[in-house]
Amino acid sequence: MTQLDEVRIGGLGASRKRVEDARFIRGRGNYVDDIVLPGMLHMEILRSPVAHARIKSIDTSKAWEIPGVRLVLTGEMAAQRNLAWMPTLSYDTQAVLATDKVRFQGQEVACVVADDPYIAKDGCEAIVVEYEPLPAIVNPRQALAADAPVIRDDKEGQTDNTCYSWEVGDKAATDRAFEQADVISRLSLHYPRSHPSPIENCGAVASFDPATEKLTVYMTTQAPHIIRAAVALVAELPEHMIRIVSPDIGGGFGNKVPVYPGYVCAILCSILLGTPVKWIEDKSGNLISTGFARDMYFDGELALRKDGRILGVRFHADTDQGAFFSDAQPSKFKIGLVHSAFACYDVPVGHITARGAYTNKAPGGVAYRCSFRVTEAMFFQERLVAAAAADLGMDPAEFRRINLVRDEQFPYRTPFGFLTDSGQYQRCLSLGLAAIGYEQFLRDKEEAAKNGRRLGIGISTMTEPLGAGNSREYDILGIKMFDSAELRVHPTGKAILRTGAKTQGQGHETTWAQIVAHELGIPAADVIVEEGDTDTAPFGMGTYASRSTPVAGAAVAMVARKIRAKARKLAAHLLEVSEEDVEWELGRFYVRSAPARGVSIQECAAAAYGNMPDGMEPGLENNAYYDPPNLTWPFACYLVTVEVDPETGVWDVLRTVAVDDCGVRINPMIVEGQIMGGLTEAYAMSNMQFITFDADGNCVGSNYMDYLLPTAWETPGFELHEVVTPCPHHPLGAKGVGECAAVGGPAAFVNAVLDALSDTGVRNIDMPLLPDRVWEAINTGQDVSGAPPVRS
Amino acid sequence: MEKRSVTVTVNGTVRTAEVEPRLLLAHLLRQGLGLTGTHIGCDTTNCGACTVLVDGTPVKSCTMLAVQTDGHEVRTVEGMAQASELHPVQEGFREEHGLQCGFCTPGMMMSAMALLQRNPDPSEEEVRWALSGNLCRCTGYQNIVKAVLWAAAKMKPAEV
Amino acid sequence: MYPARFRYEAPTSLDAALGLLRTYGDEAKVLAGGQSLVPMMKLRFATPELLVDINGLPDLGYHEVHDGALEVGALCRHVDLEYSASLDLWPLVASAAPLIADPIVRNRGTLVGSVCHADPQGDWASVLLALDGSIVAASPTGRRVVPATEFVTGPFQNALLPGEIAVAARLPVPTGTPYGRYLKLERRVGDFATVGVAVALELAGSTVMSAGIALTGVGANNIKAIAAEQVLAGSALEPDVVEEAARLAAEAAQPRTDHRGSADYKRHVVRTFVTRALERTPVAV
Repeated sequence: MTQLDEVRIGGLGASRKRVEDARFIRGRGNYVDDIVLPGMLHMEILRSPVAHARIKSIDTSKAWEIPGVRLVLTGEMAAQRNLAWMPTLSYDTQAVLATDKVRFQGQEVACVVADDPYIAKDGCEAIVVEYEPLPAIVNPRQALAADAPVIRDDKEGQTDNTCYSWEVGDKAATDRAFEQADVISRLSLHYPRSHPSPIENCGAVASFDPATEKLTVYMTTQAPHIIRAAVALVAELPEHMIRIVSPDIGGGFGNKVPVYPGYVCAILCSILLGTPVKWIEDKSGNLISTGFARDMYFDGELALRKDGRILGVRFHADTDQGAFFSDAQPSKFKIGLVHSAFACYDVPVGHITARGAYTNKAPGGVAYRCSFRVTEAMFFQERLVAAAAADLGMDPAEFRRINLVRDEQFPYRTPFGFLTDSGQYQRCLSLGLAAIGYEQFLRDKEEAAKNGRRLGIGISTMTEPLGAGNSREYDILGIKMFDSAELRVHPTGKAILRTGAKTQGQGHETTWAQIVAHELGIPAADVIVEEGDTDTAPFGMGTYASRSTPVAGAAVAMVARKIRAKARKLAAHLLEVSEEDVEWELGRFYVRSAPARGVSIQECAAAAYGNMPDGMEPGLENNAYYDPPNLTWPFACYLVTVEVDPETGVWDVLRTVAVDDCGVRINPMIVEGQIMGGLTEAYAMSNMQFITFDADGNCVGSNYMDYLLPTAWETPGFELHEVVTPCPHHPLGAKGVGECAAVGGPAAFVNAVLDALSDTGVRNIDMPLLPDRVWEAINTGQDVSGAPPVRS
Repeated sequence: MEKRSVTVTVNGTVRTAEVEPRLLLAHLLRQGLGLTGTHIGCDTTNCGACTVLVDGTPVKSCTMLAVQTDGHEVRTVEGMAQASELHPVQEGFREEHGLQCGFCTPGMMMSAMALLQRNPDPSEEEVRWALSGNLCRCTGYQNIVKAVLWAAAKMKPAEV
Repeated sequence: MYPARFRYEAPTSLDAALGLLRTYGDEAKVLAGGQSLVPMMKLRFATPELLVDINGLPDLGYHEVHDGALEVGALCRHVDLEYSASLDLWPLVASAAPLIADPIVRNRGTLVGSVCHADPQGDWASVLLALDGSIVAASPTGRRVVPATEFVTGPFQNALLPGEIAVAARLPVPTGTPYGRYLKLERRVGDFATVGVAVALELAGSTVMSAGIALTGVGANNIKAIAAEQVLAGSALEPDVVEEAARLAAEAAQPRTDHRGSADYKRHVVRTFVTRALERTPVAV
């Protein structure tokens, strides 16, 4: 009888080294641009240089003359095949190639297919387009003004630039709460447009085989099955004749969920030419045209009792949707899960209104580790909490202690209908404060102030809804947001696992095998994990919004348990006892009354093929589709200390402390990697990274010279701590975590800088807190807005 | 258009190609020679994903013309390992979880390898400085620094 | 991402290179480090007919004292200066070199090439102005030395005559005890300067014999803050003199308000940087 060591076999809690690394460190990854098919041609896109204009003419004749150019596709040609427009994941339509107008700078106008990408680019340069400029709209206020030109004049019945309206909560009860308030704290801010910008850009190799009429598309996508459904819809091809293959993906962060015109053009060109067509965008194309993130304006208030208790919250949010509403988010929620704001606080009532506006910018909004707009919600939450503490003259940690939901209150129903089920919020906060040395820092800060130095400390606490989601409430394009796993155990006890998720660096090939090891005692190294090929993977909704561990991971556990249930029957057969007499320990079934008598899971697997009991179907495989009963609710407390140089506005991070409670951790090493990645994005957004526009709609931030990602030099070090409060409904007790630090992090950095400026009376500086903005705030004592148009 | 002959030693093997002058080194490596381990991430010479060693020095291969390597030596990620034995830098990245999506990793490792050639015992600060031309979106750099320091420790000559 | 077509020559002698430029004139561009030119060609902002690659020219990678000046050859890379052991007399150069672009770009980019490129946000031109440096231009008829103050004639424009190649930069050997510092406000490594300030002093004891101050990113070109330099000469860096110099330097700046900051902000940074550079001089009061 051997007791397997779960960590040794790579089970739950093992910081197993990653399986993926073997190929990546050798440069043997298989990214879309690495794929070469026989006869493959190359496609480049011609983009609009102007933000809003009628197209008077397009002359492609010179492009056709260039040797090596095979096809020049315009909107007019696409329209003949009903493909100039396509449906979006938000029930709007989006131009594939512009026909009547261009509606944002960088919009796709034409594409050229040639023998190599250099020639394709020559072809694009040879196309002559005549534009008749129209006034550009660069923010929602302009968009919703009475006299604003209608951007979406292509939509029947669209008379203004409103994209959607939405509301949730109890207005009457909330208004009453505000009437009772001793203090009302108000805050308005703009969460700027950002971009997920994984290092690898989007691309596809589309290959339509005229002989078999099957379309295969290798593609940078986080959700291959959604894409297959969308392509079936758009290209009017039968679903079984479409194969989407998502190979290695160089980072997703939500950028690789939407269906982009480039993919559709590549598919159409392949169908027209009967050869494979590769389209790989460049970084500028990626930044200027693909799914951006955020760009939300908040006006909100907290109703407060003088002892610091929150009585109610209300806010209005305007979102800048760009020229098309193309967000990938659950269809019921026009502004994602922004109503999860304040879920970690004991708030009795609330009311939220929201409005989306069309503008002359690329479409998007939901992306970049946002958990469906929860980044915006939690940022505003923690910024408003900081303002409230300041208004009350109360220590911000104390304010949180007073208002955080207490352990005994779970399950807790938020005023907007969410049910949070577990957490130890106070413990996390205490741990974080102790780790950063809160009291000592406040003393140091006071001392430093005597020498004219500005030190600051910022806190951010939040719980967020991860793992969308239950079929009652969550769907995208009418497909429910379950996920799936299929497990086949071979005669020698090795296995292959396929899921409907799609890893882009999260390490699923490593961690899903750990779940199988945990459930079945098969060493993780004996389990191969595959994702991303719609011909072989069970149907899933893909990986984004931190949903994979909560949903696909649960499916993996469930399918492993189905396997174990059959293995139990096989064990009983092998041990010649009844099933009720069989017990399980990791990797082994044994006879309860004679524990020395047992069989390994591997022996059961062999029996499934060579020694089945009468009447049992041979084989040892199964699948599971998991409909999560609820979202999971990780909690985080982030603390940041900074020093601000008052003469230049430059600020340096002194320390960053993170306390994360994401329930049971499958692979601690990978969890920490996700948190550090998220904290870096939080730092980036708070310090240097954003996309803006001038008054003409020209995009500032559409290449890596202007869109600033921090390097190893600027990026601070991180001190990570953990608390584990298992999720009560997840089969493993795990919660999502991939986005927590990006969601909760930015407010900690911003609150820290504003704390260093607390004597100036400045209440808000919009992100990113660039040196010139900080300096301006210090010198004027005024809030600094960052909303476009940028000054020039 | 006239092509020019380029003779370049890549990972120890002499290769010859007929290329247009405008062909970037990154494309010669990826398309011409099938060495797809070197990745292209941007179009403004900022991200460093395309970093290779030219005569032992890190260079952004997207900002060098293939014709410029005529008579020179280029080393890519495919040339880091000796047969089946990984270079300590590669090992370090695996040991310390210094990669997630893997896209920036080849370029990052090239810069790290060159750093350790020049400075076998770098401080954390020196590592961060040396890698400040390579962008990573996934890791937050902390584990990358640990990976390089792991490699430095492994590469130290054994105490006598 | 993909340059337009061009012809390419890689001469192995200066004479051959000069010959190519004489033949092709405006249609030719010289390729040295390529870290500014190739990116522009990839975006098709530059479309020369002929690229003359001078990386094969011998004996241009040096930096050494020659005829009373530190001479930096056209193929001396930024990284050579960053790790140089011979810059004791040119501390401003040592201070600026690590701040150019990023470490990988520094392996290829050249000081001479950067100055010729004449980007208003380029750092080296300010160093040259502060040190009263010059550029050596070679032509078939010989060489001429162009002072830094005359070399950059506009944004991305220099004083090289058709057919000339810049072969070196010259930075005078200081007569007094040299002090120098380059301060650069960049939002992150590799960013262009929002504001850059080059300060160079020659001291005799605690007296300033001469001062050089030049500004990056706050005008159509790098700016030599002459009035500020003059007020420092002969002083002992008294606090009120330092303050006046900083004020005059800020006044000399002609910044534009843009997404990097307001004109006021940039002037304030100039003032702050000049002050800090001067206050950290070893003999400052």
